Amino acid sequence: MKLPYLAAIACLLGAALPAQAQTGPVAVRSLAASCTNCHGTNGKAVAGAGMESLAGEPQDKLLQKLKDFRSGAKPATIMHQISKGYSEEQLTLIAEYFSAQK
Amino acid sequence: MMLMKRRDFLKTGASGAALASLYGCANLSSKTGGHVVVVGGGYGGATAAKYLRMWSEGGIKVTLIERDADFVSCPISNLVIAGEKTMADITLSYTGLKDNWGVNVIRDEVVSVNPDKRTVKLGKGDDIAYDRLVLAPGIEFLYDQIPSLDNADAQRRILHAWKAGPQTVALRKQLEDMKDGGVYAISIPKAPYRCPPGPYERASLVASYFKARKPRSKVLILDANEEVQSKKALFIKAWDELYKGNLEYRNNCELKEVDVTSQTALLEFDKVKADVLNVIPPHRAGAIATRTGLKLVNNRWVEINWLTMESVSHPGIHVLGDALFPAPTMPKSGHMANQHGKLAAAAIIALQAGEAPNSHPLATNTCYSFVDPKNVIHVSSVHASRNELEAQMAMGWAHNIWADMLT
Repeated sequence: MKLPYLAAIACLLGAALPAQAQTGPVAVRSLAASCTNCHGTNGKAVAGAGMESLAGEPQDKLLQKLKDFRSGAKPATIMHQISKGYSEEQLTLIAEYFSAQK
Repeated sequence: MMLMKRRDFLKTGASGAALASLYGCANLSSKTGGHVVVVGGGYGGATAAKYLRMWSEGGIKVTLIERDADFVSCPISNLVIAGEKTMADITLSYTGLKDNWGVNVIRDEVVSVNPDKRTVKLGKGDDIAYDRLVLAPGIEFLYDQIPSLDNADAQRRILHAWKAGPQTVALRKQLEDMKDGGVYAISIPKAPYRCPPGPYERASLVASYFKARKPRSKVLILDANEEVQSKKALFIKAWDELYKGNLEYRNNCELKEVDVTSQTALLEFDKVKADVLNVIPPHRAGAIATRTGLKLVNNRWVEINWLTMESVSHPGIHVLGDALFPAPTMPKSGHMANQHGKLAAAAIIALQAGEAPNSHPLATNTCYSFVDPKNVIHVSSVHASRNELEAQMAMGWAHNIWADMLT
């Protein structure tokens, strides 16, 4: 019965620490990479191609934009839809990640 | 002017989430080495190769095996068919992967995989050993379902142009050579197929070309499906407003056979003669996936574990892109394949370091479709109107995703 026992422990720990695995640097890097198809690797968009660069932008400015897309306050072609797919915590992590990119 | 995008959270079991939190302290700099061979340099494979090198900070050795000399993009290729863009606009080099990221790019073809010995056999070069394998093989056409097309000569005359490259150029030439007053017919297979909006975009762009240059000509869409498979309301609106009289849509028209000489599509109860017949045959996962014996769904698409992107039957073999049996609402698109490449890269780096992969992988999709050379639609909002801003965004999307995978 070793395996079920381990699984039970894992579940307990998981319940106690729900967010840890999703907020570590590796997980946040992957989360932010879901943006980079359009906004460039690590948030550095291709110059002149019409997409906004995110790297090194102030964190609060990025987060406010994302929140405004989400609420509909800021008009968009698709970002109003994409931003609704992330939790507020995830948007905060994404803004923090890109603002830290040089 | 619009595009559709959709984000899909990949659902994982509670136990998976819990397990990962035991290992929540994964760090960025783990360098455990290992050699990953990536087969196929399309949207998925090229992205995986780059991100494996970037995120492992060079700790993982990566070999990319690709049969073609350059990357040629399927997205935007419909604009080449319409005469609005050239092949040069959609062709990119693999040198960025070599020079910027140290990926060993080999131009060759993988003829077989030995999962037990962990080696791949090449058409020309020596066998290559791997610790983990990434298969990004795209699709293989099922010509046996259209028997008259099951030979090289027929395939030169009735084109798919559903893999960008020489067929893209050839279809453009057929359209240029067609007399005014002719019919261009496109046959769409039953879903799931690569790029759900792609055939409708192509039909729209060819109609735009006819309207400008061959106004007595007509586009005929022969769709095996019951209805338009993507952005339905927007495509129908665009056709009604832009192409009334020179574009016709027919549903439930599954192609059974063709008459190659007369360019005739044989349907169940009808036959349709065209001047240019463009057949997208039914397809399945690229041949190397089936040849390797990976477990398939419906005998067509590779079934994977979405936490690691590994084949459910062959751990250690990660599969990406159009070859996959998709999660619900996840289309077969280049954008999705790029996201798959990143999910696989992150999972491989964790696994090679003896850590658990991310328990909540997340992927988004974005898709712009041109309805004429200057106007793009997206899927999610039926209120959206066509506009030129989104056409700029669509090209911006292309330039950025190409850079994200190749430079």
